Amino acid sequence: MNESTRRERPTIGQILDQNGVGRRRFLKYCAGITALMAMPPGATRAFAQQLRAARRPTVIYMPFQECTGCLESLTRSFAPSLESLIFETISLDYNHTLQAAAGDAAEEARHEAMRDAWGEYILICDGSIPTKLNGQYGTSAGHSFIEQLREAAEGAAAIVAVGVCASYGGVGAAYPNPTGAVGISEIITDKPIINVPGCPPIPEVMTGTLISFLASGVPELDKHLRPKAFFGNTIHDRCYRRRFYDRGLFAESFDDEGARNGWCLYKLGCRGPTTYNACATIKWNGGTSWPVEAGHGCLGCSEPGFWDQGGFYEPVTAKLFRDSGQIAGAAAAGIAVGAAAALAANRRKKKLSAAADKETSS
Amino acid sequence: MSLLEFSRGPMLHAALIIFVFGVLWRLVATILLSRRKRQSEPRNPVGKSAVGGAIAVGSRSWPHPEFIGRTAFGEAVGYGYHLGLFAIVLLGAPHVVFWKNLFGISATWWPTLPGGIVSILSIATIFLMLIATIRRMRHPVLRRISNFDDWFTLVILYALMLTGVMAVFGIGGRYEIILAAHIISFNALLIWFPFSKLMHAFYIFPSRFFNGYLHSRKGAAS
Repeated sequence: MNESTRRERPTIGQILDQNGVGRRRFLKYCAGITALMAMPPGATRAFAQQLRAARRPTVIYMPFQECTGCLESLTRSFAPSLESLIFETISLDYNHTLQAAAGDAAEEARHEAMRDAWGEYILICDGSIPTKLNGQYGTSAGHSFIEQLREAAEGAAAIVAVGVCASYGGVGAAYPNPTGAVGISEIITDKPIINVPGCPPIPEVMTGTLISFLASGVPELDKHLRPKAFFGNTIHDRCYRRRFYDRGLFAESFDDEGARNGWCLYKLGCRGPTTYNACATIKWNGGTSWPVEAGHGCLGCSEPGFWDQGGFYEPVTAKLFRDSGQIAGAAAAGIAVGAAAALAANRRKKKLSAAADKETSS
Repeated sequence: MSLLEFSRGPMLHAALIIFVFGVLWRLVATILLSRRKRQSEPRNPVGKSAVGGAIAVGSRSWPHPEFIGRTAFGEAVGYGYHLGLFAIVLLGAPHVVFWKNLFGISATWWPTLPGGIVSILSIATIFLMLIATIRRMRHPVLRRISNFDDWFTLVILYALMLTGVMAVFGIGGRYEIILAAHIISFNALLIWFPFSKLMHAFYIFPSRFFNGYLHSRKGAAS
């Protein structure tokens, strides 16, 4: 890519100054982000300095095999809001759901943005990638999703996979996975990838991850490539109903006394103990509530393969197999082998007894 | 497939198949063994002999008065950790949920103990198991009659208990890994069960009953 074709992009600080965003508002914004990420208060100033100095990045948002739920969630981010993210922090140059342009014009805009910021843009991916039939289960603008992903990933500085589908395949990859759906990290292996799973992910986690990447690069990730700042604790660890679990007080059904008293939903299939996410602390809709507070157990939507972990109303220790007569067959076989063993032992005993009698009489 | 999925899925299924096969093999083979024909007139009718069997089940489950000074400690420790295990396995909320799901029953009457009590019981049970293990290692007779069967069973039991406590207290790593290790330990117990001295769980009371019954039954009626 010819360096001269690139537009000189302003820093985020310059954009903020142009838009008249004051220091106080900016520091408040940074304090919100650092608080979301559980960073110490002292880190806010350094974070703000790094963010101001960062170049306003080009962001290409590529939807693949998805339901648009993640984008719906992202548009409902409160702090930072998507508008502030788009106008103040990033340059969202391609998202075919949000942008006015369509068809060839949209594709041309994407290619132009990629050319202009080759090697530096952030690629956000949403949805899984179908791999069967050479990726023909998912095509756009005459190209398979695999081709589009590889092309867009080549010039990306980093990839942020939003949603459980882009992260691990999600519902598309659920058994029997007819399209061979996989997450982004199974196709692209030579770029930094940050997974922000969820169905959908918490909006503030998506925007917070982006901002933190701009300020300080790829954050510390767990083994599933999730930012530890948001996915470091289980739902169960942070759940306000945890005290009821510890006291052995459980809702047995969704309309019993336990449910009305707000007791633990473990017995009703809550996957909080094995799910790493920030729902219990950041909550949803600007901190209004979250699924467990609304009376329903956690579905574990930020975990790989969460669709195939048994029924949503079965506990986290529930069996994950279907017995189609194997155990009954084992019982019948055990009885048969036991009877045969007893028969053989009885015959041997009789034989030994007869031999002993013969010896005595002789 | 994650470790937790493996432990809850194919491994648990295979362990249950082996457990059911092995236990029924051992039980049926024992039940169908031929019994020696008694030539003498029975001392007591069947009903009275059955009462004798029931009495033997009770009397042999308690230290004999003559030896109580020497056996009471060992029996108390043994009873202690067995009762602890039963309470944890049958009344711990996650276990009750597991059994209900495994057997496909709702059983809303099945009570559970508060997590704090189960935690205390778990630690007390591990402590009693440790005492029993040290006693087994140091007691001259117990040491000589212990073999691989006993030690391997203890290894599985310790793994099961320790991973359970670690899962509850959130120590030793990520919860799902510890939980998987706990379920794998349980699966190992199921697989090992039919071929080990753990079968005493099925044999102990019937054998005591049968001994008592025979002692009451045999011999000429006076």
